[in-house]
Amino acid sequence: MTVALVFLAIILATLLGWLFKQTLNAAPWEMEAVSDLAHHGPLGGTIDKSKLIALLAFMAVASSFFALILSAYALRMELGDWVPLTEPQLLWMNTAILIVASIVFQWTRNAAINDWQSRLKPGLIITGALTLGFVLGQFIAWQQLQNSGQLVSSNPSNGFFYLLTGAHAIHILGGLYVWARATLKFVAGSGDTEGIRRSIELCTIYWHFLLIVWLVLFGLLLST
Amino acid sequence: MSYVAFADRDHEQDHHDPDTFITKYVWSQDHKVIAIQYGITAILVGLIALGLSVLMRLQLGFPNEYSFINPENYYQFVTMHGMIMVIYLLTALFLGGFGNYLIPLMCGSRDMVFPYLNMLSYWTYLLSVIILIASFFVEGGSTGAGWTLYPPQAISPGTPGVDLGIILMLVSLAVFIVAFTMGGLNYITTVLQARCKGMTLMRMPLSVWGIFIATVLGLLAFPALLVSAIMMLFDKTLMTSFFMPAVSSMGVDPGYTGGSPILFQHLFWFFGHPEVYIVALPAFGIVSDLLSTHARKNIFGYRMMVWAIIVIGGLSFIVWAHHMYVSGMNPYFGFFFATTTLIIAVPTAIKVYNWVLTLWQGNIHLRVPMLFSIGFIFTFIHGGLTGLFLGNVTIDLPLSDTYFVVAHFHMVMGVSPVLVVFGAIYHWWPKITGKMYNETLGKWHFWMTFLGTYAIYLPMHYLGFAGVPRRYFAMGNTDFLPDSAQDLNAAITISAVFVAATQLLFFINMIWSLKSGPKSDPNPWDATTLEWQTPDHPPKHGNWGHELPEVHRWAYDYSVPGYEDDFIPQNVAADKAPVGEGH
Repeated sequence: MTVALVFLAIILATLLGWLFKQTLNAAPWEMEAVSDLAHHGPLGGTIDKSKLIALLAFMAVASSFFALILSAYALRMELGDWVPLTEPQLLWMNTAILIVASIVFQWTRNAAINDWQSRLKPGLIITGALTLGFVLGQFIAWQQLQNSGQLVSSNPSNGFFYLLTGAHAIHILGGLYVWARATLKFVAGSGDTEGIRRSIELCTIYWHFLLIVWLVLFGLLLST
Repeated sequence: MSYVAFADRDHEQDHHDPDTFITKYVWSQDHKVIAIQYGITAILVGLIALGLSVLMRLQLGFPNEYSFINPENYYQFVTMHGMIMVIYLLTALFLGGFGNYLIPLMCGSRDMVFPYLNMLSYWTYLLSVIILIASFFVEGGSTGAGWTLYPPQAISPGTPGVDLGIILMLVSLAVFIVAFTMGGLNYITTVLQARCKGMTLMRMPLSVWGIFIATVLGLLAFPALLVSAIMMLFDKTLMTSFFMPAVSSMGVDPGYTGGSPILFQHLFWFFGHPEVYIVALPAFGIVSDLLSTHARKNIFGYRMMVWAIIVIGGLSFIVWAHHMYVSGMNPYFGFFFATTTLIIAVPTAIKVYNWVLTLWQGNIHLRVPMLFSIGFIFTFIHGGLTGLFLGNVTIDLPLSDTYFVVAHFHMVMGVSPVLVVFGAIYHWWPKITGKMYNETLGKWHFWMTFLGTYAIYLPMHYLGFAGVPRRYFAMGNTDFLPDSAQDLNAAITISAVFVAATQLLFFINMIWSLKSGPKSDPNPWDATTLEWQTPDHPPKHGNWGHELPEVHRWAYDYSVPGYEDDFIPQNVAADKAPVGEGH
């Protein structure tokens, strides 16, 4: 459970540090001038920032989820019946695709912020295609494993491989849902440029997050 | 100015008033309606769990009397009773119910930040409840693995509901966690982002603090339950061996190899212990507000109370293995977890002292919510002290499988939060419905529930010391137990049936109040917090009419010397409060 605890300690320390600053010297029973800061949350009180906070909170939840599986992985690995799995080489290519997807999304985001409209469409479509390609690649890697007789129940290391890659892919698909909504809006020529820009900004953060999660998972899978 | 602070937006700009019955009461995005939907669903499913506990007690008090209860049923009753009460009733009611109702009103917001997500959260929760209830009706019935669902037993043949029951249970839990996550993200963001002007963090009522920190705990801890549920589903349906050791079950080898049941226990309790505080922290917060309001006195040590909530929340993540002493562990681990368990008693005790000191020399009004709050202090101290016993490895080992543990956790996690639930409902009922209930009936409800639950759980401590094992369908040949143990068991059952029947008083009172109760005053308890200062009573969609409130003081300005009234609402400016004669 060390992985989960370390992760948790980081999250709680961040939260505590922030709360500490807010609360330690406050003497709420004393009257004071109304602070204008009050209704501006930690990042300022706009709806954009609220969505960002919700996304950050969700990323904390998802990290907690993955950290706990990794804890289970570490505990289960120590038992006698563990046979390391040889990961399909295809994963390297998938990783490269996901990295490129993240980079293109960042490029699209910069375009959206600076209002370079002509870059948005290719950016959005390339990102989506690459990401879908990653999910498809993961699926093909599953097929390859299955064909070589490495089933989910063959060994706990196999079980964890399918569990981790599957859970990660589901998170990606969730991101793709938001991406698809923004892209459809954009292609349909909806005038909601603010909304599209906001979706792109948040999606980019989420893509980077899932890339980091994948790199951690991939590194772990390779090294064990 | 392209950015308008979320809390400052106009009523019209953001909130289209729902106009049809469906958008108003069914697919509602209003936090108050969603809160009521959550509340009613949770209470209804809780009634099922109450019924199950009565059936269980009938078997224990009068074994062999009731032919319709066989051992399989009994284990199903135990399992579903525990699971429903802890997760589908208490968690859903405190966070989905009270969290939804109180956060926007107490923080001075128009609604949750993401109303659509909020609505989705309720309907997903309802789906999880339906899946749960469905498991009663599938072949083999619901799971009887005990509410902790320990493998290998939970998915081995011979356990009731081993086929579909356990699968539905695990799926239902996963769906519940999705629902909770959607709600939880909303609660956090609303508390952080949508407070009205002047509502600094340290001016928030303790109810909001309790719900807020409990939500943080839930968001970080529920993934552990999700992980264990998914992995067990894998073990059950795909024959992986995450948790399942190489066992031969009833002469058959199901094909599992070398999994670790202890791994499941770690994951489960990594969720399970914070879960105790996910239920307890909102109760702590609410009870603080109730005591302060009805004692007409500011809460003692507000800042300490806030930090106690935060510290309890943090510590609750490093005590989980105290549920696993009997599973065996390295003695140093046992020492570590016993120590952290005892340390968590410190902030908890601070809270108890502060509640008692709030009452000290207060102008105590023994109204129904106050009775329940004071009752909570009794049961919570009681259950908390036995927790100190059980936190020690050497005391836990002999007591862990006896009724002492049943008594402990029902006192601290069953009766105590439920008393707060009742106190809170009686307290906010006038705001929610605009009607008053019958005080006398409410007081009868309190006394019969309070004394009745003591009659149930106090004797269980003695049964536990005598060595009566928990989880048993029937005692069999237990020579070491005196005959009086069975007499006590029968008495407990009679009390349990009595307490269960007493709850009718509550429902009669509330239904009567809805139909023909007198109209309540907008602020019947003379409370300071914002939800009592709404322009409409009960509050309408959007909560605040045209202008959001501005907060000028903390939530506990009761009996401030020199002022005419014994309370000053949070939205009254420094120079606006009516000054009394003595000033």
